[in-house]
Formats: sequence, C-alpha cells, structure tokens
Amino acid sequence: MMTTPATMLADKKPVLAVEDLEIRIRGEHGSFSVVADMSLAVAAGETLCIVGESGCGKSMTALALLRLLPEAAEIAGGRVEINGRDVLKLGAHEVEDLRGEEIAMIFQEPLTALNPVMTIGLQIAEAVRQHRKVSASAAMAQAVETLKLVQMPDPERRARQYPHELSGGMRQRAMIALALACDPKIIVADEPTTALDVTIQAQILGLIADLQKRLGSAQILITHDLGVVAEVADRVIVMYAGRKVEEASVYDLFDHPIHPYTKGLMGAIPRGRASERLADIPGTVPPMWDLPKGCAFAPRCPGASARCLEERPLFEEKRPGHFAACWEHDDV
Amino acid sequence: MSDALLEVEGLTVHFPIRKGVLQRQVGTVRAVDGIDFSLKRRETLSLVGESGCGKSTTGLALMGLVKATAGTVTFAGERIAGLRGSALRAFRRRVQIVFQDPFSSLNPRQRVRDIIRAPLDIHRVGTARERQKRVAELMERVGLRPDQADNFPHQFSGGQRQRIGIARALALKPEIIICDEPVSALDVSVQAQILNLLADLQRDLGVSYLFISHDLGVVEHISRRVAVMYLGKIVEIADRDALFARPTHPYTELLMKSAPSLDPRRRHVFSASSDVVPSATQKPSGCPFHPRCHLATEECKAADPALTPRDDGRLVACHHR
Repeated sequence: MMTTPATMLADKKPVLAVEDLEIRIRGEHGSFSVVADMSLAVAAGETLCIVGESGCGKSMTALALLRLLPEAAEIAGGRVEINGRDVLKLGAHEVEDLRGEEIAMIFQEPLTALNPVMTIGLQIAEAVRQHRKVSASAAMAQAVETLKLVQMPDPERRARQYPHELSGGMRQRAMIALALACDPKIIVADEPTTALDVTIQAQILGLIADLQKRLGSAQILITHDLGVVAEVADRVIVMYAGRKVEEASVYDLFDHPIHPYTKGLMGAIPRGRASERLADIPGTVPPMWDLPKGCAFAPRCPGASARCLEERPLFEEKRPGHFAACWEHDDV
Repeated sequence: MSDALLEVEGLTVHFPIRKGVLQRQVGTVRAVDGIDFSLKRRETLSLVGESGCGKSTTGLALMGLVKATAGTVTFAGERIAGLRGSALRAFRRRVQIVFQDPFSSLNPRQRVRDIIRAPLDIHRVGTARERQKRVAELMERVGLRPDQADNFPHQFSGGQRQRIGIARALALKPEIIICDEPVSALDVSVQAQILNLLADLQRDLGVSYLFISHDLGVVEHISRRVAVMYLGKIVEIADRDALFARPTHPYTELLMKSAPSLDPRRRHVFSASSDVVPSATQKPSGCPFHPRCHLATEECKAADPALTPRDDGRLVACHHR
C-alpha cells in the first residue's frame, strides 16, 4: 500500500517520517486502537495540518511523535523517524535530548503547560540549560532574546513575570518561545489558537507564519478548524476515527475534496450570507472500541454502498498527490 | 409604541472586587456598562464579542441569574421592575436559556425525562400524565428518541445533550430563548445539526432568539440583526447583511479581518505583533477600544462615544466613523 505522497518526497527530504503508526488504549472497554495505519512526512519549511473532530486521533498522533503519550496509551507498532533515527527505539535520556533540540511541542492550553510557580524567563532559561552548557545569566539572556523573537511586548519585564500575570495571547507567545528556545527543527502545535479570542488568534497565526519563514522549521499543526487550515497549511491530512481519510495539498483539498467526510466538514461550516440549512453530517462518530467493520464513516455517509459496510477502503492516490480512502469515489 | 417583544435600556452589571479579611471593595468589574437593545418576535439578535465583553453576563442578567446594577427591561409592553418576585417568575416562564456546556448544565444524576419535565413541575403545568406526554413530544421535536427518556445525560453525545437542553428550554413554550454559546463546545458537524434545529424551531414555533456567540461565521449564519460588544458596551448594532458587508466600527472591522478565510487562495496577512488588551476591571478612559484603535485621537481618550444612528439605520459608537 502506497502511503507517503510521492510528490512531496520528490523535491524535499522529510525531516520527520512516520510509518504505519498504531496507538492503542487500555481502558474499561479492553484494549483498542485509537490511531492506526498513520503515515506522514514533513519537510523543512513545510506546514502539515492534521484536521479532524474530537476523538479522531489527531492529538494522540502528535503526542506520540514526542513520546508523550498518556499512561493508558501505548505505541503498538510503526516507526517515527527523525533525522534517520527511530524515535520509538530511543531510551529515556535520548528522548529527553530529542525533545526541545530536534522536536518541540506547543500545547493548546499554555496555562496548564507552563509551570505556574516559575517565571517565564526562568522556564525558558532552564530549557536552554538542559541542552546547552551555558551560564545561568547567558541562558536568561537567551530567554529574553527568544521572547523578542516571538514579539512579546516588553520582553525583559515579561521574563520576570509568572504565567498567571500574562494575558492568554501573551501566555501562548511565552509557550512558543519555550518551544523555540533550543532551535528545534520540527515544531508540533496542538490546537495552538483554539483557546484564544479571534483577534488574538490572528496575531498568533501571523506569528507562527512569520517564525516559520524566518526559521525554516518543519511544522505539524493539529486543529479542528478548517479556517485555520486554509490560512496556514501547505499540506493537509484529514483524520476520522483514528485513520487518515484524505491527504492533499491545501489547494487540492479545498478545490476538490474527495472524501465524503471532508466534503461534509466543509459543508457544515457556516459561511457567506446564506441563512439556508447547513449540510450537517447525520449521526455521530462511532466509539473507537466499537468501530464498524468496513469504512468507519459508512454509517454516516450519504454515498455508502454495500462494499463500504463490509470492507475497509484502501488509502490510495486518487489524483496526482491527492490521496483518499473511499471505495465510491469516482473521479471524472 | 414599538413592536419589540423585549426592550432593554441601560442594562448595567457591575461586580465588586473585594480583598482582605474585611472584604473591602477595592475595585469594580464593569461587566456590562449600560447597553440598550430590543428583540422582535421571530427575530434572532446576536450579541457577538470576545471573552470578557459582557455578552454572557447580559444573558444571565436578563434571566435574573446575576443581579443587574441598573437598567430597565420591558417584556411584551410590561416593565419587569427590578426583575424580582412573581413578575420575574412569569417572565422566566416566557424567557428560557440554553447554556454552552451541555456537560455541566444538565444534572448527571437525573434521568432525561426528569430534566425535561422539571420546568413543567416547577410551574405546575398540566397533570402528571400530560407532563409525561409533553416530555415525549419535546424529545421527538428536538430529534431525540422518546424511548431514551430513562437514560442519564452521560449516555448521550455532546450534540444529543445540547438537544436535551433545548427540549428543557422549550418545555414551557417560551417566546424568547437566550442561547449562550450553544454550539461552541460542539464539533462542526454536530454544530451544524444544532444550528439547523434552532432554525426549524424558530420557523415552526415562532420563538425569538437572543444568540450569544464569539463565532462570526455562526453569527452571520443565524442572525437577522447583530450587536457587537466590546468591554461591556455595544459598539455597533446593525442588520446582519449591512454589518458583514460594511463593518463600520473599527472593532467590528478588526473582528472580521481576524476571522480565518476558509480559502487558501485568499489568505490574510495577519500581523504577528501583539497589542495589550485591556480588561473590564481596568477599563480605559473614553472609548474602551481606543488603546487598540488605529483611528484613535485625543478625543477618543477623553470621551466615550455614544451609540448614534448612521444613514443606513445602523448604530455605531465611534467619534470617527
């Protein structure tokens, strides 16, 4: 099965490649998989968005890349390769080195991700000293520099403040600074603007775009918001019930969505001046421990056939560089 | 004199900030700072704005769930004096609220039938049998299966739980439903189901909505008129089409420019720079938006502009627009 978009690999070598990742959870419903057959690749300077609704496995995928999965979850198979090393085979110390230096994460809720009893400056300085042999004062100077990089207003003063003393937007800037402190080559951002007001979201999206242009990092951005995808993505993966259902360049995805779920998501977004009915997706996402036999989306799909209910569709290239998992797609 | 079902004048909600063992008042949160609006029958008026703008407090004050500091509310021509006593009880029967979070606004230990029936019990509507019949009707009306009436809230998905909240709000056949961010906690596919349900209910039952939301896409979809709030004030109020075609207040403009485009070929160039956002505890002098406004002058620092009509009938509070 062809899973990695050849078009992307042709012109650039990926800095991060994931192959057939499977994540399982042990819970009251036994052990079941929450992410399966997950493959992705991202190159320097590229932004890959993973989009989907609650429970689709997008955040689990992100956490697995940094080996930060919660205790109840485990990686049951696959490879996560960064610079030719399989992250899943590294020891605890090597993983520590990897985080921050090679790959860093920006979380949705800076208030819970930042240490509440430590000033912003010290947190960033500590991250620097974990990876570099520098003096405390040099690390602090580096922290202030990083706060300047994320356009924190009044950076010297902010460095001496605690997370609760900052507004939501500034906290998110502080968290981005923390992630950038050791120049990681890959940045994973999980819903980085979801908790923010729309005018602040615009600033943070502007900042993320600006930083990528300047630093040339590879970026994976996890979001539920197709608006954010349209603003920042180069390529997009759409997930449903733990699997990829579609993958394409952002233009191809918005111009010609293939998978009925992607089409459904796009139709469900209120936009324009239309007061007419929204194209909702009937029903709800099935529980991960009780997925239907064939295509997980089939019970909600307007075009589902008998085959869809029986056999899981292959994730295959439907058009050049445009992949989808759907039996009933008929390209004309 | 007007055809308004609900008329709100000078609504003000101030919360004291207290500190120390003596709980001395050291400041005031001016959550809602004197707002006027009206709502007609079968109309949807949205209150839109960002966190802390006072939109939710406005809804809670109308329901009497927080105490208004000042202002008058007139419902169907009758003044709801001070929102207390039996007048409040009658008013509450005709005005209902749906909350944002269907997980915390439903009692987890109650069966769905009891949740939906509670308003009928409290207001003593009909016999036990009639109430039971009404519950089944309401469940069907909002797209739930009446045979699930014995289930508990946790057995339902987020969207279904919001349907339970809507059924409860409909139980007393209200004329107005205050919808406080009713779809914000839902995934977009489920959000669309609930927005469609709200539209159907308005068409069939003639209910009016005061729709409180931070989401411009949702607001543009559902509203007939829109009031934009900023730090406790209405800064612009206009018909939906006029507002979205020509945002006039600089804050309305900023909101619209900040909303993602949904078209990768028409991306915004968002500025990465940050501005300091003031809060309702430390409101700027004059126009509350002036510290963030590119049009601001000395006049804006000195005097808070009143909401005044423009040629096309909209109201705007700005010295320069």
